[in-house]
Amino acid sequence: MSNTLAVNWVGYKTLVRKEITRILRIWIQTLVPPCITMTLYFVIFGNLIGSRIGEMGGYSYMQYIAPGLIMMSVISSSYGNVVSSFFGAKFGNYIEEITVSPLANITVLLGFITGGLVRGLCVGLIVSCVALFFTDIEVQHPWITLSVVVLTSIVFSMAGFINAIFAKNFEGISVIPTFVLTPLTYLGGVFYSINLLPEFWQNVSRANPILYMVNGFRYGFLGESDIGIGTAYAIIIAFVILLGVFCVHLLNKGTGIRS
Amino acid sequence: MARDHQKLLTMNALTITGLKKTYDNSIKALNGIDLTVEQGDFFAVLGPNGAGKTTAIGIVSSLVTATEGSVKVFDYDLNTHKEQAKACIGLVPQEINFNQFEPLLNIVMNQAGYYGISRGEALKRAEKYLGELQLWDRRADISRGLSGGMKRRLMIARALMHEPRLLILDEPTAGVDIEIRRSMWRFLRKLNEQGTTIILTTHYLEEAENLCRNVAIIDKGRIIVNDRMSNVLRKLHVQTFLLTSVQPLPSNMTINGFVTRRVDDLTLEVDMTSEQNLNQLFSELTPANIEVESMRTKSNRLEELFIRLIDVKDEQES
Repeated sequence: MSNTLAVNWVGYKTLVRKEITRILRIWIQTLVPPCITMTLYFVIFGNLIGSRIGEMGGYSYMQYIAPGLIMMSVISSSYGNVVSSFFGAKFGNYIEEITVSPLANITVLLGFITGGLVRGLCVGLIVSCVALFFTDIEVQHPWITLSVVVLTSIVFSMAGFINAIFAKNFEGISVIPTFVLTPLTYLGGVFYSINLLPEFWQNVSRANPILYMVNGFRYGFLGESDIGIGTAYAIIIAFVILLGVFCVHLLNKGTGIRS
Repeated sequence: MARDHQKLLTMNALTITGLKKTYDNSIKALNGIDLTVEQGDFFAVLGPNGAGKTTAIGIVSSLVTATEGSVKVFDYDLNTHKEQAKACIGLVPQEINFNQFEPLLNIVMNQAGYYGISRGEALKRAEKYLGELQLWDRRADISRGLSGGMKRRLMIARALMHEPRLLILDEPTAGVDIEIRRSMWRFLRKLNEQGTTIILTTHYLEEAENLCRNVAIIDKGRIIVNDRMSNVLRKLHVQTFLLTSVQPLPSNMTINGFVTRRVDDLTLEVDMTSEQNLNQLFSELTPANIEVESMRTKSNRLEELFIRLIDVKDEQES
């Protein structure tokens, strides 16, 4: 291994270790809240309201929303982990520890993305376990389920990274999750099939990237969804590439971290 | 082979050419500075607040993007060989810049990791440098609980984890008590003797005098002096003393041959050039019936030096 590669490999492992240590150190903030929120969703929407709704797409309402709720927690956790970790480092100036080091920008990006991925998958696993208390979960396509959740987590880790780069204060890291991410997630087919919507709103919904992620994940679980799995993959991979290139460009320019 | 070795020996630790920086708010922090620091040197960068010292250091350590100019660290150009150049530098910044919720050991171990040092080796170095800076016993403590002096020493230990060839310290002893300051001086001197090139910015002339062989003085984003420390100090040929008299001083108090200022009824400020001595001063005071109770040196020598050098430069330019 060349010296540069070796330095970057050790640097990457260090960043990942640091991120995992952070997730575990503040586990009450990072791992517990999604568990509580999703339990409430399962109780209220799944049990109480869901029993009156009946079946959706041939499945009980609880079975139908379970993949969406798991994906919702993965999205918010991946995004939240990177945005808070990177902005915290900027705010406390300790991002300079990384900026002055010889690590390549791509290594820094991968380190933070892996942190978001680890938290997203941990939370996804915890919420899946919670879901098992309320419904039976059968995974029809395990590899599709896994690949969609991993790719989605990467997309939102990068989105959180971009938000943190541009954020100048704490308001800057709460505006996007509150006013963009949450509405898009709620309207992304977590709680309903877009086939229930009038045609115009179905088309509007198709402009929402989260719709493809939720439905791709749901396809992995149930074997069917509102969106074709090929289209879902294409959209998700396009976002991975687009956001990845943009993140590296911002790091190369030093946006938000160099004056 | 022999030529390569010779080149290695004569290589400069830092070469800055035509460095300019204009911030987004149009403030010109650097107006084209040229600076060379030899390998193994202990170099002081002095200047008043806002002179451009921290901006220059920021550019060298990649925290600030230069508007124009080039920086070479041990012949590695910061634009074309960024990784190699960065690997040569250890930075101790002016502001605290570590995660204050992390234990000390994590902070230095992570820093080593960012430079590609394995955990086994990093642990050995952490023990060495935290130990030498009297912080090893506190390694498991959360860094927020450290005193100001300890936080500064932690930043020095962190900067040394990858054993840089060039160590840059931006006011490392600001707000640190004299005892700790002196122990830090001893440590830095030892480090320099072992071969590390050190660049230091400071507000304490005593610190620069004690440690540094060469000095650059920056004002308004340009270098106004770049010389040996001894040559610069020679320019500071006037020393000011404050005398406290037993009796009230006459209002029109003068001393033959000396420039004096009456500060209050009992205090007199006297400027003494390098050609004059204290015996001459006292021989003038006795006939005037001035009984001196105590005497001390006015301790603003650095400010005085800046003012003199800046005045000289302004005069030359006008």
